[in-house]
Amino acid sequence: MKFNRRIRQLVVAGAALTALAVVAACGGGSDNSGSGSSGSATTGSVDAVDAALKAGGTITYWTWTPSAEAQVKAFMAQYPNIKVNLVNAGTGNDHYTKLQNAIKAGSGAPDVAQIEYQALPQFALPGSLVDLNQYGFSQYESAYTASTWAAVHAGNGLYGLPQDSGPMALFYNKQVFDKYGIAVPKTWDEYIAAAKKLHAANPKAYITNDSGDAGFTTSMIWQAGGQPFKADGKNVTINLQDDGSKKWTSTWNQLVEGGLVSQIPGWTDEWFKALGDGTIATLPTGAWMPGVMESSVKAGAGKWAVAPMPTYDGQPATAENGGSTESVLKQSANPALAAAFVRWLNHDEGVKPFLASGGFPATTADLKDPAFVDKASTYFGGQKINQVLTGAADSVVKGWSYLPYELYANSIYGDTVGKSYQSKSDLNTGLKAWQDALVAYGNQQGFQVNG
Amino acid sequence: MAESVAAGRVTARKRRVHKDAKGWVFVGPFLAVFALTFLAPIGYAIYLSLFREQAFFGGNVFVGLDNYVEAIQDSKFWDAFGRVLVFLIVQVPIMLILALLAALAIDSLRLHAAGFFRIVIFLPYAVPGVVAVLMWGYIYGNNFGLAADLNDLFGTTAIQPLSSHWMLPSIANIVTWEFVGYNMLIFYSALRTVPGELYEAAAIDGAGTFRTIRAVKLPALRGAIVIATIFSIIGSFQLFNEPNILRTLAPNVITTYYTPNMYAYNLSFAGQQFNYSATIAIVMGIITAIIAYVVQLRGSREAL
Repeated sequence: MKFNRRIRQLVVAGAALTALAVVAACGGGSDNSGSGSSGSATTGSVDAVDAALKAGGTITYWTWTPSAEAQVKAFMAQYPNIKVNLVNAGTGNDHYTKLQNAIKAGSGAPDVAQIEYQALPQFALPGSLVDLNQYGFSQYESAYTASTWAAVHAGNGLYGLPQDSGPMALFYNKQVFDKYGIAVPKTWDEYIAAAKKLHAANPKAYITNDSGDAGFTTSMIWQAGGQPFKADGKNVTINLQDDGSKKWTSTWNQLVEGGLVSQIPGWTDEWFKALGDGTIATLPTGAWMPGVMESSVKAGAGKWAVAPMPTYDGQPATAENGGSTESVLKQSANPALAAAFVRWLNHDEGVKPFLASGGFPATTADLKDPAFVDKASTYFGGQKINQVLTGAADSVVKGWSYLPYELYANSIYGDTVGKSYQSKSDLNTGLKAWQDALVAYGNQQGFQVNG
Repeated sequence: MAESVAAGRVTARKRRVHKDAKGWVFVGPFLAVFALTFLAPIGYAIYLSLFREQAFFGGNVFVGLDNYVEAIQDSKFWDAFGRVLVFLIVQVPIMLILALLAALAIDSLRLHAAGFFRIVIFLPYAVPGVVAVLMWGYIYGNNFGLAADLNDLFGTTAIQPLSSHWMLPSIANIVTWEFVGYNMLIFYSALRTVPGELYEAAAIDGAGTFRTIRAVKLPALRGAIVIATIFSIIGSFQLFNEPNILRTLAPNVITTYYTPNMYAYNLSFAGQQFNYSATIAIVMGIITAIIAYVVQLRGSREAL
């Protein structure tokens, strides 16, 4: 029966999409050029969204967040006339490749999709996403942190509501630090000193692992105050040798060239093991990490603690690392209903089940909620880690933006910066090569790139 | 033997005077599927390769042969091509010689449990390619697995199968492991078709084992060797699965343009440069076809 229903929905959706494709084809050209840069901040009405909720219908939702199942269940319990097809189309790049293919094919895309902040411009600029300003969603600005609210915009368009955030903090293995008499570093200089001390005391232990990761690199440049990517419509500026970028490399080069970072690639079994047994002593990473550690690094329970990110001058400053939004696809046959679902997920009742399953919020109310902030974490030895993490959310450096083709940029990171990691040599060489490749690609794709 | 077959083909072609529509009925179903799944995609790829579309701002422009000019001057493409060429020149002979030795050994009738060896050598081919690479990935791992254990044991760091110097040999090793059995089976079945009288005659003439191999078995295998070589050339140029999966373990060593196929794939799915990707695929297809054709011509003309 479930199958029959699904098939029927597919037929309906297919027919609707075909109709939409015809309409889209008629509107073709203007669609592409207009919505990207100049999407105006019209304040539309929420009525259409509320009406769509009442009318009911069916939508498809692509996501890989582990919270989705509970959220969708709660949503359908609240709105029995709406059916949400939950699809896990893969994590990260697998998901994006499928999404991109469906967009290119002109049909088969979901109504709502999870999109990371870094990937948002790549989907928003070509006009694949619905500008939620038309439903008056700009009124929800005050509900979110400044950095996540900025991250769901591309140009003037609002292309989603923030699902979560990942302000960076320093996760460290307290047991290892205590054993070797290392103080928690407040500056990057102290961090390097700690790295040397640790590796000298135990050649098998490293301060952290880094075999080259585009997301980490961009976040670290962000924290150093760099703004290597600037985009204004077709005009893009790339400068991976700006002051912030160089500030980061001058620090991080010492770790890479000195062989002070482990080469264990992240998210592998080996990595989880190394986090549990003290081989990797710290992780400067996003506030979503506790949930990952609790489920995948059981051996680390009671050993780890959280501190603010080390900084260059000792003053609090951090960056976002990761984090996603839910967006409505242009292909959607029922964008108002899809928008209603997004609002429920990330603004209304959907936030609670998200937090319950270990997510880190982007909503200011939850970030200030004493029940959340002062919760002691048993995994982290009773530390009230959210005090540190919510504090980090307040000190995110402003003015950052990702490239309009960040996903492509990430895909060739290994070809360029990865080479520097591979040879343990100056990261600036790799960053320059990355920049050259990105300038060439951008110009080929019709951007006016300076770099 | 192969010469006479080839000669026979030529005369048959000359002799064919009467045309008969009945033939079309027999080849029709094949041609329909062939056109749909082979000619149409190639035609579409050629069509794509003449345009340039910008993923972000639309605008599909006819650019003639510009993409081809770019491909010919693309150092990444030639880098990838050079890599598979080296792979081809080194790995294919090793693999085919191993397969040949295995086939001759099993066919020699001197091996106990020949059936067992035949199956065991063939077995890796039955392991899905992706699974095989994952398995080898664990063996090669620098921080875990067999390579790490051996390094620990001998107190060195010399064994680094996933480092930039050793990556290509490591991949060659996986491919050899996977396909020796397959090629062995091609050779073995060719050997089974040698009529027993030939062996008898050779024995009566006083030929020993190695003389028999040289004078009877190898000539009989020539067609099979040409076929296996062509398959292997095509396989080498299309190298994709192995490097693409090992990339997760060594992202800094295996670039997005490590092999021509990986390059075409990443152009399409990471860079959305579908037109240029189609161009690369076609250039690579033409090169492969030319080399395979040359091998076939030489293989059927010259004695081994």
